[in-house]
Amino acid sequence: MYPSTATVEGVAAAEAVKGRSLWADARARFFRNKAAVAGLFMLGLVVLFAIFGQYFAAWSNEEIDWSVLGNVAEAGRPSFETGHYFGTDSLGRDLYARTVQGTQISLMVGLIGAMVAVFVGTLYGAVAGYFGGRTDSIMMRTVDILMSIPYMFVLILLLVIFGRSIILLFVGVGLISWLDMSRIVRGQTLTVKNKEFVEAAVATGVRPFTIILRHITPNLLGVVVIYATLLIPLLILQESFISFLGLGVQEPNTSWGALINEGAQEMNNGTIWQLLFPLFFFIITLFSFFFVGDGLRDALDPKDR
Amino acid sequence: MALLDVEGLSVRFQTADGEVRAVNDVSFSLDKGETLAIVGESGSGKSQTAFAMLGLLARNGKATGDVRFEGQHILGLKEAELNRIRANQISMIFQDPMTSLNPYLRVSDQMSEVLMLHKGMGKGEARAEAVRMLDAVRIPDGAARIDMYPHEFSGGMRQRIMIAMSLLCRPKLLIADEPTTALDVTVQAQIMALLSDIQTEFGTAIILITHDLGIVAGACERTLVLYGGRVMEQGETEAIFEAPRHPYTLGLMQAVPRIDVDDEALATIPGEPPDMMNAPPGCPFEPRCALAVENCRDVMPVLEGGAHLRACHRAVEDVR
Amino acid sequence: MSETILDVNDLSVTFDVMPSGAWPWTKPLKLHAVTDVSFALKAGETLGIVGESGSGKSTLARALIRMVPASGKVVWLGQDLLVLPKEAMRDQRREVQMVFQDPLASLNPRMTVGEIIAEPLKTHFPETPKAEVRERVQEMMTKVGLLPNLLNRYPHEFSGGQCQRIGIARALVLRPKLIICDEPVSALDVSIQAQVVNLLRDLQKELGLSLIFIAHDLSVVKHISTRILVMYLGNLMEIAPAKALIEHPRHPYTQALISAVPIPDPKVAKAQRPIGVEGDLPSPINPPSGCVFRTRCPKAQQVCADAKPLLEEPAEGHFVACPFHE
Repeated sequence: MYPSTATVEGVAAAEAVKGRSLWADARARFFRNKAAVAGLFMLGLVVLFAIFGQYFAAWSNEEIDWSVLGNVAEAGRPSFETGHYFGTDSLGRDLYARTVQGTQISLMVGLIGAMVAVFVGTLYGAVAGYFGGRTDSIMMRTVDILMSIPYMFVLILLLVIFGRSIILLFVGVGLISWLDMSRIVRGQTLTVKNKEFVEAAVATGVRPFTIILRHITPNLLGVVVIYATLLIPLLILQESFISFLGLGVQEPNTSWGALINEGAQEMNNGTIWQLLFPLFFFIITLFSFFFVGDGLRDALDPKDR
Repeated sequence: MALLDVEGLSVRFQTADGEVRAVNDVSFSLDKGETLAIVGESGSGKSQTAFAMLGLLARNGKATGDVRFEGQHILGLKEAELNRIRANQISMIFQDPMTSLNPYLRVSDQMSEVLMLHKGMGKGEARAEAVRMLDAVRIPDGAARIDMYPHEFSGGMRQRIMIAMSLLCRPKLLIADEPTTALDVTVQAQIMALLSDIQTEFGTAIILITHDLGIVAGACERTLVLYGGRVMEQGETEAIFEAPRHPYTLGLMQAVPRIDVDDEALATIPGEPPDMMNAPPGCPFEPRCALAVENCRDVMPVLEGGAHLRACHRAVEDVR
Repeated sequence: MSETILDVNDLSVTFDVMPSGAWPWTKPLKLHAVTDVSFALKAGETLGIVGESGSGKSTLARALIRMVPASGKVVWLGQDLLVLPKEAMRDQRREVQMVFQDPLASLNPRMTVGEIIAEPLKTHFPETPKAEVRERVQEMMTKVGLLPNLLNRYPHEFSGGQCQRIGIARALVLRPKLIICDEPVSALDVSIQAQVVNLLRDLQKELGLSLIFIAHDLSVVKHISTRILVMYLGNLMEIAPAKALIEHPRHPYTQALISAVPIPDPKVAKAQRPIGVEGDLPSPINPPSGCVFRTRCPKAQQVCADAKPLLEEPAEGHFVACPFHE
């Protein structure tokens, strides 16, 4: 209603009405999507497992159960009596504790890589896209050059030369994860930049970096969040691939990829659980991430509903 | 028999937030070669009325009521039969011609395809006919320009091509949905003149959907005013403009600035457009109506009045 | 008459355009968006700028506040804005604010209405205490006819007309001297359009604002403007007091434009005979020599192609760029 002045003043004293932000709308849409919520729930369980799993372990991840050694296929099978809930590996170590540890490291690789991608990639892409022109050309050509390096090859080379270390793995994953993100963000920035509200801010005299932080990035976050949730499983996969080659994390540390690698090697010795348990967590997590990512896309970008 | 008879047409959309009643109980009829204007603001349901008639509603929409074209019930017809009618009998043009033109195909290919498909013409014959049609819509040098791509034409020319395409199969009814809204005034004047020429030449009936009262005044014999998905007033254009009998029509006319009249302040219709999600049971215009009485909120007035129909509880003399 | 606050002299805007498929070192083509436009604006006056799409009217407005690079002179309160250093220009932006065409797109969807209206204030006076900012915002909301308790709402919760009111409140919060309105009502419904036009008029009277009102709808421009400037292909065609321009247009282009405006009255409309403007708008990359309108002008002669017509003043304050004006 178009109020008369009198009513306006009457209501002015009244409590300010709470608004419903676009984020709140998106949240409501997300929670209507059953597959996405199920995925989120499963992810929650995996994270809880990674954090608190070790407190329920009867064995530590380094201890060797000498009693099963030499007869892993029989005595090392999963059992609550021995305390090896997931069985043992071929060296007699508790697979439950090992899986908890692997989950921690794999999730960490994914999360840290995605975080680097979000921070560096978003800022880099937004700056390139907003300023445009020569700045944009130089920044994006740099990304092109970095992308054209066969990074998996280089990473493997580095790991071979400097020895296997988890730090190097993080650095390697972090270095490349933001490249795609910066491209996506730059593209989005170009779209947002031409919206009238950005023009309005420029006309008012808002400084460029404030515009990027206040007007551009909040309107990119949807895309960034979606891409980040899809990036995490990708990074986990890459880490697993490197670990599967035997180049990733180093003993006594382990990851899903390393565990699956071991399990695959022992497959023919009747210890199939060595493969199945890590694989189960691996697949569950990847599926969940993809479902959540899908749900986020539908929630944040509701154009073709 | 009227060319088109619409009776009690209603359109509902199911959305995640609830049911949207876009069109409510709209009835009208159209004779051969006649021009009818459907006037309304955004959310009045004017476009959805047309889409519903042609079975072009979005998937979550459902139309009820009865639409007869030359006596044939066309609402809820099978897609194949509807396609035949849409190709040969009723065609539609839109605000943005690029939505209906394929940017990757030459105009000649798009136009002759229609003729070859629906009229069974040969390639050469179809092309000749297409060129003839471009001449009919006053595109200079049509024979040479027919091989250009849609984006090589200006906005006004594109709309002409759209009109030429929609006329290829000599439809009996042309529905024009805001055909000039995206165009400049000088081009708009040309397109409106063209539509009127086409009508005399081909005897096509036209339904013109628009928000612009100026265009209606110049082009249409009869006018139907929609608000909140309901018919407010319907009758001869001259009668409606001369003496509007509904408070909404009256308010609308007073709110339009006129270039030929010196008006100090514009009269305004207070308030905001209707919320189609929570439509009141009574008259949709009631919250903004200066003449509203108690009854208006709860009871939708009946559309009555012979040749000059209106849906209002107040007496004709009160509306001024 | 009151003092001149804005004096524009030979303002031109050209954009570099790369021809498609060119090498990076190829010399770019020049697109002439605005060519040698001069006019003055007095305090408290409304100048309407009309023209069809591609006439350069929006570019002209943006050039005035240096949103696009321009040449010439834009003298604002005695200071040439085009030569001002960046920081000094930022301060000047306080005085000139803008209202945009698309009401919803001109508001950041992630910010609340309160934050949006407060942004100019926070940019130029970052030390303003929170309570005062809130007070000013609510004052502005009241002024433009919005309920002040809605300040925590988001733009998408408002209708188009209300969003335009928010845009106007944002433009007003710094108490500027001039507001440039770029097609402020063309995206609105007829019934809402009148509300916004009236609001702008009332605010102008109340606050003594100057307005530059850009629109393609001559009826609306005539209604709100003191004077009207007509543009075609980046060039000024005619500038005159509103009533004189509408009732006695002298430039052939203005005449065609006015004759094509539809009139919502069947009796008048059926008798209306629009003067045709044949052909297409020429390319601004390669505009016609002399008068840019000559390629479509019914009165064009050889002289029109030879030299650009000078601005003549056939009546007091009525300038027209055509030697064959009536």
